[in-house]
Amino acid sequence: MTTATDIAEAQLKMPIRRDPGVERRLLHRTLKPLIGTPVNALITLVCLWLMWLGIKGSYGWLVTRAVTEGGAQACKVGQGACFPYYEAKLRFMVFGVYPYDEHWRVALAMILFLGAIAITMIPRFWNKKLLVLWGGTILTTAVLLWGGIFGLPYVPTTQWSGLPLSFLLSAVGLAFGFPLGVVLALARSSKLPAIRVIAIVFIEVIRGVPLISILFMASVMLPLFMPSGITVDKLLRAQIAIIIFAAAYIAEAVRGGLQAIPRGQHEAASAMGLHYWQSMRLIVLPQALKIAIPPLVNISIGFFQDTTLVTIIGLLDFLSTVRTAMTDPNWVGIAVLEGYVFAAAVFLVFSYGMGAYSRFLERRMRLGHD
Amino acid sequence: MRADSMSATRLLYNLRFRAILYQVLAVGSIVLLGLYLFSNVSQKLAEQNIATGFGYLSREAGFVISQTMIDYKPTDTYGRAILAGIVNTVWVSAWSVVLASILGLVVGIARLSRNPLLALLAFLYVEALRNVPLLLYLFLWYALIVTGLPTVREAWEILPHVFMSNSGLTVPSLVWTRAHTIIFAALVLGGGLAVALRRHTIAERIKTGKERTTWPLIAFALLLPPALSFLIMQPEFTVSLPEKGRFRLTGGSQLTPEFTALLIGLALSASAGIAEIVRSGILSVRKGQWEASRALGLRDGLTMRLVVLPQALRVIIPPLTSSYLSLFKNSSLAIAIGYPDLVMVSNTTMNQTGQAIEGIAIFMLVYLGLSIAISLFMNWYNSRVALKER
Repeated sequence: MTTATDIAEAQLKMPIRRDPGVERRLLHRTLKPLIGTPVNALITLVCLWLMWLGIKGSYGWLVTRAVTEGGAQACKVGQGACFPYYEAKLRFMVFGVYPYDEHWRVALAMILFLGAIAITMIPRFWNKKLLVLWGGTILTTAVLLWGGIFGLPYVPTTQWSGLPLSFLLSAVGLAFGFPLGVVLALARSSKLPAIRVIAIVFIEVIRGVPLISILFMASVMLPLFMPSGITVDKLLRAQIAIIIFAAAYIAEAVRGGLQAIPRGQHEAASAMGLHYWQSMRLIVLPQALKIAIPPLVNISIGFFQDTTLVTIIGLLDFLSTVRTAMTDPNWVGIAVLEGYVFAAAVFLVFSYGMGAYSRFLERRMRLGHD
Repeated sequence: MRADSMSATRLLYNLRFRAILYQVLAVGSIVLLGLYLFSNVSQKLAEQNIATGFGYLSREAGFVISQTMIDYKPTDTYGRAILAGIVNTVWVSAWSVVLASILGLVVGIARLSRNPLLALLAFLYVEALRNVPLLLYLFLWYALIVTGLPTVREAWEILPHVFMSNSGLTVPSLVWTRAHTIIFAALVLGGGLAVALRRHTIAERIKTGKERTTWPLIAFALLLPPALSFLIMQPEFTVSLPEKGRFRLTGGSQLTPEFTALLIGLALSASAGIAEIVRSGILSVRKGQWEASRALGLRDGLTMRLVVLPQALRVIIPPLTSSYLSLFKNSSLAIAIGYPDLVMVSNTTMNQTGQAIEGIAIFMLVYLGLSIAISLFMNWYNSRVALKER
């Protein structure tokens, strides 16, 4: 008697017959979109030419024409990338005016911070222990950056600069902007008209003006609003501006999540006897925030890039230290492209990485729901 | 006594009462905060001897704006200087929107090309632009124009009579007179008439079911006003062509390096976002729509125009609005490379008068107003293309 399993086993044992035409078809499938029609062939040619130009140009600049030794003079004559410039200026571009002998502290803080982010990005670790991890990381980072205890020399915030400052501004901005944004989103979807109007006005005004105007407000107007005798640190003022800006955008992303939660969830929560805050905290927000994660990651990418605007109000962020390095009297006018290419590469790596992560999350969530 | 406390507790648990209480508390705390800040500000301003009010707008500005679209000289008022800044902001944003839309459409379609090389190039273009801050690109383009291009004496002639040098782009220009303005207005009028007539024709056809030939009438309405004004005004079309002299370029109009860098930077970075919006819009139209439309016998072009695009637009318009808005707001980065836009002019004004609050208030209000205007227009357009649910 033959059963279904027997048949399946017999099929498994059968030799796989190869279709002789398969390779030819594969070749055909690859080539058809490339040279299928005259127009397509032309497009392919143009693309190949553009790619050749791009590869030739960057390879020539980075490798064949590159100046690998000598000083500023060699680079002035040479036509390619100036590696001596990187050797001389790399630490300044990354760490800025932070005291040279204390660079290890910032480097360590950055490693800790990026490590914490890497752990946070893994969905398996999404639980309450993360709060402990972040508490520890923030405390350690603050001790490392400020110093003043454990024998570490004190470093004032005016000397915080470079890439660490860019990370700091965006991370603190998001960390404080997030709770504020959630509160704003809840206020905007509140049933109480006065509270709703306050939230709408706040969110729409902040979103309707450029970040630079809020930075200007923080750097020029905020000191006027403070009572006499109280001065606010310049870095803190920029940070407040970034937090406020972040909160308005985060609020809209969270509101999108809130709107996606069916009414039934609210009603069920009320039927269970939960009051407003309980039903928000236990029922609605956990679902809404999960939906809002991909847009929130996209907002974070944007913020990391937007922190470069603090250059304009005179803070020494990463872009600013890269530009300051160019004005070194020994190198002025010699290594302009080198600096910008380096800065662009750093931004590209971090932003692209975060973008890839956001796409991963979206895929994961789609799988989770179906 | 006991009854009183009971009713007080009852009141506290009354939902209506609580709602009012919360709102009064929220509004009250904001008013108190505002009063506190106001008293701080007035004290500080008095201490530092800073004038208040908008009276300074009618005083003489006394600073030079390197390029303006309206007449402005240093002896004009601060108000006029700020107006020149607003016009500059709108000017550069408008051109960037046009360029970015065209580039974004092309790249977005290229991303979906079946030719893998073209799709790859479009992908690289989008990622390279999206993952690097706009400000960095602005600095880079500006540096490349100023240090990378030859001097005016050795300017490149990239097209006949279009010169590129480290002082920007020099292009041929029309010598614009009042006659041209009138003809332009007549063209707009004729266009409006033609559109109205065509609408009317379609409405009539739907109502009566009769097809009537009306295109000659529409063409007549379109052409009559410009033709009439042309005959009356008799304009001269003098084109000023840039020529390379011994030391400088003469004639034509000059796009400064600041304007060129800002235009390129804004347009390129916005085009990457628009490309992604266009791509997802086209992808959102289901394959069945293409197939059904072919089954009805529509050609590819008609399928795109009548079936796919109207549905894709519905998905495209809302995010496109926010991408235009962010382009407009990003034009404020002009201050970083020295293009005299609203923010930069306001900044100079604030430095000269010391009236920071008024200066910032003006440019925030202008941005807010223009942002609201743009989003109202786009919402109106969106409601026209949106799904009509009956």
